[in-house]
This record gives sequence, C-alpha cells and structure tokens, in this order.
Amino acid sequence: METVTITMKNQPALYLEADNVAPDKFAGKTESQIAELHVYEGNTTSTLGKYFEVAGNAGATAADTRIVVKGDVKKVKYLGMKMSAGELVVEGSTDLYAGAWMSGGKMLVKGNVEAFAATGMKGGELIIEGNAGNYLGSAYRGDWRGVSGGKILVKGNAGSDVGQYMLGGEIVINGNADVHVMTHAEGGKVTIKGNAKSKLGGQLVDGTIIVFGTIDVMMPGFKFVDNVELEVDGTKAKFAHFIGDTGERHKKRKGQLIYGNLYKKI
Amino acid sequence: MAEYIIKNGHVFDPLQGIKGDRADVAIKDGKIVKDNQVSSKAKTIDAKGKTVMAGAIEIHAHIAGPKVNVGRIYRPEDKLFTYTPKKGNIRMAGGTSIPTTFKTGYEYAKMGYTTAMEAAMPPLFSRHVHEEIRDTPIIDEGAFPVFGNNWFVMEYLKNNEIENTAAYCAWLLRATKGYAIKLVNPGGTEAWAWGLNCLSVNDPVPYFDITPAEIIKGLIEANEYLGLPHSIHIHPNNLGNPGNYTTTLDTLKLADGYKAKNKFGRDQVMHLTHTQFHSYGGDNWANFESKSKEIMDYVNKTKNITIDTGNVTLDETTTMTADGPFEHHLTELNHLKWANVDVELETAAGVVPYIYSPDIKVCAIQWAIGLELALMAKDASRCFITTDHPNAGPFTRYPRVIKWLMSAKAREAQIGAFKNSDKVVAATHIAGMDREISLYELAQMTRAGPAKSLGLASMCGGLKPGMDADVVVYDFSPDKPVTNPDQIEAAFSKAAHVFKSGVEVVTNGEVVNNGNKRTIWVNAKVKENPQVMRDIKEKFLKYYSVSQANYEALGHHIVPNPYAIEVDATQ
Repeated sequence: METVTITMKNQPALYLEADNVAPDKFAGKTESQIAELHVYEGNTTSTLGKYFEVAGNAGATAADTRIVVKGDVKKVKYLGMKMSAGELVVEGSTDLYAGAWMSGGKMLVKGNVEAFAATGMKGGELIIEGNAGNYLGSAYRGDWRGVSGGKILVKGNAGSDVGQYMLGGEIVINGNADVHVMTHAEGGKVTIKGNAKSKLGGQLVDGTIIVFGTIDVMMPGFKFVDNVELEVDGTKAKFAHFIGDTGERHKKRKGQLIYGNLYKKI
Repeated sequence: MAEYIIKNGHVFDPLQGIKGDRADVAIKDGKIVKDNQVSSKAKTIDAKGKTVMAGAIEIHAHIAGPKVNVGRIYRPEDKLFTYTPKKGNIRMAGGTSIPTTFKTGYEYAKMGYTTAMEAAMPPLFSRHVHEEIRDTPIIDEGAFPVFGNNWFVMEYLKNNEIENTAAYCAWLLRATKGYAIKLVNPGGTEAWAWGLNCLSVNDPVPYFDITPAEIIKGLIEANEYLGLPHSIHIHPNNLGNPGNYTTTLDTLKLADGYKAKNKFGRDQVMHLTHTQFHSYGGDNWANFESKSKEIMDYVNKTKNITIDTGNVTLDETTTMTADGPFEHHLTELNHLKWANVDVELETAAGVVPYIYSPDIKVCAIQWAIGLELALMAKDASRCFITTDHPNAGPFTRYPRVIKWLMSAKAREAQIGAFKNSDKVVAATHIAGMDREISLYELAQMTRAGPAKSLGLASMCGGLKPGMDADVVVYDFSPDKPVTNPDQIEAAFSKAAHVFKSGVEVVTNGEVVNNGNKRTIWVNAKVKENPQVMRDIKEKFLKYYSVSQANYEALGHHIVPNPYAIEVDATQ
C-alpha cells in the first residue's frame, strides 16, 4: 500500500470543498497529478495543490492507496466522499460530510467531525476519535433511503439526528447522543454507550437502538415488552426491551407485525 | 438576422406531406422562406444523411409554477450530484425529475423541442407560473389555467349559463395570461376539499350540486363559443385506478355531437391527456391489465378527439397533479412523502415521489400501455407523445420513448428485462405488436399533430415558408438500417442543430444561445358582461385572500415577452 500525505499549507478564506480527497480519486496518480485535482472555494474552482502540500504517489488502485491528511482541516468539507476502498486518516478535526456516501475502505478521523458525516454510507468503516456533529450516518436531506451498510464508531459524543432513515449498518457512540435517534429508520442498529436525551426511535419502522445510560424522555409510541439478557460489544447486561414506534406503519412477517426495538440497560 | 440554408437533409414535414425527401430548408429573419429567398451570405448547414424536422412541441408537461416548485423544495435528493456549473452564458443547472427552470429550457432545446405547454396553472398563482416561465430559456411557452373545479364555473354551469362561463373563462385567460381551458379531475378536486372524490362522470360534487359530466360538457360549449385555439384539455376523473377505462370512455363520449368552431384549423373539441393513466382494466392491483385497445378503438373512430400518451419511462420521478385526492391515494400506496396544497376557490395540488420499477408488475404494465396507445393509433396526427412530465417520467426521456416506439427489438429487450415478464405479457398487448413508428409518424406525433391540436399550425410544427423558423437537424439517417436501437435514443437526445425563430440555439447537442423565448397566451374578446364582472368583484371582496388588483399577471416584469393570440367572440 502506497501512502500519500497532504498537509494544509494555505488556509482557505472560505470553506473548501475537497470531494477529490479519497483513495478512489488519488489511485493511479502521481504526486503532481494529485496536486492538480480540483477543489472548490466558494464559486471558484482551483486545485488541491494550492492549499495542500502533496507528498507521495498513490497506489495503482484505491485499495492500494492510503491518504494521510495533516494540518488544520477544520474548514475542509467532503473528505473521503464516496470512497470505496483503501484508507484515509485525518490527523485533526474536519468539517461537514466526512466519509459521506462511502461504500468501502476505512476512514479514521483523530479529531472531531461536523455534521452529516457518513451521510448515505453503504459500506466500509468510519472511526471518529473525537465528537461527531448532527446527522451522523443519516440520509441525505429529503431522501428516505439512508445508511444501508458499514460501521461507524464515535469515541466521543454525537449530535442530534443520528441514523435518520437508516436502513442497515451499525453506529456505535461511546459517549452521549443528542435528540432524535434513528428517526423513521427501517433497519440497522445504533448503540449509545452513554446517555440519550429524547425522541429516540420516533417513527421507527424497524431496526434496533441500544442505550447503556439514561434516557431523558421516552417516546410515547414505545411499549415495554420484557427484560432481556444481552451481550453488546462484549458486555453482558440486563436490558429493558421496548418495541415501537407503535404510531408508525409496520411490515408483517409470517402474519406478525415487525416493530423496531429499543433496549435500555437496567 | 442571420440567414441559413440547411442543405440536402431528409425532410419530414407532415404539414406539407414531405416524407423524407431530400430538400433544402431556408431561414431568414426568423422565418422559413423559399430556398431562393436567402442571399449568398446565408450560412450553409450540411444535413446530408441527416433528418430534418420542425421544432417539436410539448403539449402537456408540468414545468413551471408552485406545484413544480413544491417538488423542487421538498426533494433535494432529486438534485443531488446533478448540477453543472455556469459556463459562458449558460447558467448553472440541475435536478432530475424536477429540473431547475434553466435546465428545463436547455434540455428541451437539446432534444429539438422549441415550444412547451405548462399543463396546469393554478390561476391564483399565475404570477409565479409566469416568473418561472420567464426564467426558462429558449423555448416558447404557454400555460393552461385549471377550470374544472373553479367555483365560478361550477356556479354558472349549474344553471347552464354558457355565455357567462365563456365570459369568465375569457377574463381568467386574460388575467392569468393563460392559453387554454384545462380540467383536472373535474369536480373531484373540489370534492377533495370535503374529503371526498368524484370517481365517475356522474358523481355529484358536494355543495355545488353539479356532476363532472355537466362541467365537461359546459366547458366544451364555452370553449367553442369563444373559438379558442385549443380545445378543452382534460385529465378525466378516476386517474390511476384499476378499471378506470370505463370512466375514460364515459368522458370521451361527452364530446359526442360537438363540432370544433374556430379559425385556427383545429378539428377536435376535447384533448384527453396522459391517456396511459386512464386505460386500466381489472378491479385491483393483482388483476390489473391494459385496456389500451378499448380506448384506442374509440379514439380511432372518433375524429373530434385528440390524445397524448403519458408514457411511463421506468424511472424514479416526482408525481404532481391538481388531482389532490389521487396524490393522497398514491402516498397511501407507496408510503413516500406527500405534499398537499389547497388553492382557494380554484383548485388544489398534491406531490409524491414515485419509483416506476421494472421489477414491479404494475409499473411494467403501465409502461406497456403507454406504448400500446401510440402503436394502436391509426391517425398519428391525433396521438401525441408525452410523459406527463414528471408524472410518468421526466421529459428528458423522450428519446428513449421514441426508441421504444421506433424499434420492436428495443421493446422486446425491455419486456425480457422485466422481472415479471410473463405476467406483464399476459396483461397487455405489447408482446405481439410489430408496428414501428416511422419518422414521418414521429413528426406527426411530436410536431404537426400537437401544433394543430393547439391551434398553432400556422405558426409552428411545420416547415412551410412563412412559419416560424423552428428547425431541427438530427444526426440520424433514414437510409441506413438501425443496427442498435440505442442509436435512435442517442440521435434524438442531442440534436445536431436546433433553430428557434431563426436563431441557432443548439449545435452538436450543446446549447449555444439562449434564444428569445416568448410566452404565448390567448386574448379572447367577449361582449361586455356586467354580471360576470360583478360576480368576479364580489368573489374577491367576499372570499379571495388577495384583491383583484393583486391577482392579475400584468406587466413586462411578469410576462416579459408576450405573444398574444387574438380571438374575437363578440360576434
């Protein structure tokens, strides 16, 4: 695997849209070709090389390419967008849409990400060592087809609207999550190791929410079923099992209505 | 203005009966002229081995106005990854099933369309419609205000007051800068405001005590009293439901006995739109089947009717109609997001996204029905190609629809690709049909036919000297056999040259000029009618939330380049 290191040298005045910073776009390119890839600053199109020092050539394919992003990229959006293979490491914090629509490979952000990280994700793995903003692992605005696969791990806290319209895949938040979790989801799983606030599973059709800490306010559309023993991420514990959202339409399987599940550690 | 001579192309012009003969088409001062009337400075376009037709005419599409904009606003996902940046005098443009106004103009022009009709203008929001039309470059446009659920119309027609209905229609066409009398689910949309619907032509409209049949007949009479260029343009009751073909036949029969009265050369008294959505048999979605034959048997023998197809293109799209109850029905079926609007005293609208999947039997049957209608048409100049954009599919798919119509091989390939191929074949007629639409018939279905139906035959849709120089050259040779049907789609997607009123707007499939678009509307003069004027004033005082002075679409800032078609009904 070849490594390309890009280091911020000239901070953009506006926010930079860098949707070309992904192993798929770098693959097969030399250092100078990578520096020529386009970026947008406001309504101006320019090159990656104008803002970043590029070092190293990419591998022949995305899977053979590892990108390391150094320096302050808090004003850079779309890092890792649509990546399908390979690796991307962001050493600091980054802005909106980190790893959006990624379908494979592995992306690691050592700092925080802003909103819309992993929007429309289909596969691969996104690890955020800091905190995530709002709409982590959600559908694109307006779309009813959200994250369908892949794995997201947030070591810190997440903002509101995690996993909106989720269809599959898994999100684990080691810290706390803000309001609205898995709104209108039809599949997938969100685990909150810390505390949750309110509106968990509003309009939930199918899918699973697991909360280790407290829930400020439960949705009225959830119904207690029983207490169960579960093993989550190697932790065995007792959980209260709820189904819902009973106010939403549900599919039938073998004549039985299929509800979404919410487990809260007792 | 530049002069052009398009040399040696295969010309297809039903207006003059030209069926692919090699001929030259000359353009001067925005008009078509005889080929000896251009000077030696005329720029020569070599069309050898290419197809030359008049600019195509869109008779029914939802491309401007509040309902379209609701779709744009609530479907950001329709625009995702579709934007192209500004380039020279071409604006940034994007969107798929509900493109921006700019993209609408560019995409029509690239396919060789030079005129388009917005199919449903809510009168109260005519200013919005015209603002969007203004921002849609290149193509000439008109808009049909909706009348079928209008309180004035229902009140006058309840008492059979045709003259008052006509006077009101003339006033509203002028106030909204409208083109024709449109009916959408007559009576049913008003019933929807009461939580009801009218599923047959005899269902009474609540409160108004009138039936859809009475509204339809009354508006035919008012239309012919005025002598408008287009006939009534109807989206009948009971759209989209299994077994609805009987309602459609009942609607068509209402035109029986009426004769067109106008000075525009129009022969029909009723245009039935998106017929595909109204040609369904069966009584549920399991035994849903095609009734295209029953509909076309009637249409073929009935000369005072024209139709358009409403072809399903098998895409993800956005349905939108003034048929409010239907959109509610649809959201209950597919569980996707629903927007609903009521327009006081006049109409309503609903919007729901829809995916016509080739894996779903019903969608595939709908696809077949749309094509069957065109393939069963005995008179291609009375059956026009539409997708009811964006309801059955985006208008940008016309080249694909043309491919299916012109190639039995392309149809076979699509039938074979359906998941429920056998069931689809059993419920339709498509599999046995070997007719392939010729280029001449295509010109009838997309040029001469719609022009005549709209009463615009002296202006566009043909290549006769004196007409507007709307001319298209397609890189498609009628002499060469088509080895791969995709060649048809490619040729009709990107015209080699498009001229709009004598200005070259498209070259090699790319927009090169924004042209000089016009808004076509109908100015119908009627005898002074103090009763109707008083009724209008009273309704504004009593019911409307805006004043009459703020209602009308006036002034060059709203309709910047108007082209009024004058109608005199004072005699």
